[in-house]
Amino acid sequence: MLTKKQLFSKGFLAVAPHMFSVIPFGIICGAIGIELGFDPVLVYAMSIIIFGGASQIVFLQLLSGGASALIAVTSVGVINSRHLLYGAVLSEYLEKLSFIKKLLISYIVVDQGFAESNKFFMKNKTEQHLHYHLIGSGVTLWIFWQLSTLAGIVLGSFVPEELGLKFAIPLTFIAIVVQDLKKIDHVIVMITCGLSSLLFFDAPFKSYIIISPIIALFVAALVLRLKK
Amino acid sequence: MTWLTITIAGIITYFTRMTMVALVDRDLLGERVKEVLAYVPSAVFPAIIFPGIFINDYGAFIEMNDPKIFGAIVAILVGYFSRNVIATILSGLSSYWIIIFLL
Repeated sequence: MLTKKQLFSKGFLAVAPHMFSVIPFGIICGAIGIELGFDPVLVYAMSIIIFGGASQIVFLQLLSGGASALIAVTSVGVINSRHLLYGAVLSEYLEKLSFIKKLLISYIVVDQGFAESNKFFMKNKTEQHLHYHLIGSGVTLWIFWQLSTLAGIVLGSFVPEELGLKFAIPLTFIAIVVQDLKKIDHVIVMITCGLSSLLFFDAPFKSYIIISPIIALFVAALVLRLKK
Repeated sequence: MTWLTITIAGIITYFTRMTMVALVDRDLLGERVKEVLAYVPSAVFPAIIFPGIFINDYGAFIEMNDPKIFGAIVAILVGYFSRNVIATILSGLSSYWIIIFLL
């Protein structure tokens, strides 16, 4: 049995490598807000209130482009709706927590933390305080997101744009799913999702981000049926 | 006004995170659904990966000889064999940089 502390540090260590993409993205996110002419306090507050990288950028771009508040809010909701899927997966491991703890831990569920903690959960189902791994990964991502968006707000886009550091985002997620390329069923699901995302890229409210996972999960259900 | 909009966006985002964890009883999900949920990472992350590689900042498809495609292939190979996140990210970035800065 691992102690709470050990689980927390395992969570920290699991997401630490992803800082190569989280930090540049945070800096870009903060800097864009300032470039678009928003109040620095407001840009930073988004990192606490929304705490969702891509959705924060889209939100500011829409508002500065003259879109209505309703469209901006809808887009954020659609982009972040993928967390519903993360929650459905994680609920198996968080079931025994009290309602209050569930409410608190939910706030720190983000892509990389979900991905890495879920990998750990699948391999260590019998551990007692599993949620400390999620707290470790989530808190780490939260702190670095706050610091890097702040850095972008204060220092501006001091990372040269020519470096194309936005490319670190797809790379970080490649690192997350690459081992599943060994399994043909997962490959089918991934390709379905990827192609759907390109096909529906221009759908309103950035909805490709949730349309393609839904299509891919239907395909996953079909694959499961065929396997039996 | 913008503050109110951000607050609403934040509340909605929080609900996307909290609903399935705290409000929905897991027993409501059937066995089939639980099996399908094992595919969530594979079903979600390519929707971030593919547009991040194949679509540029202006929303247009990239050329087939774009350095990002090369970088992504290197990252997939390195990641597959090394099982190391840092090696995956850095190999992808550096092979991309080699093409755009040196060639």
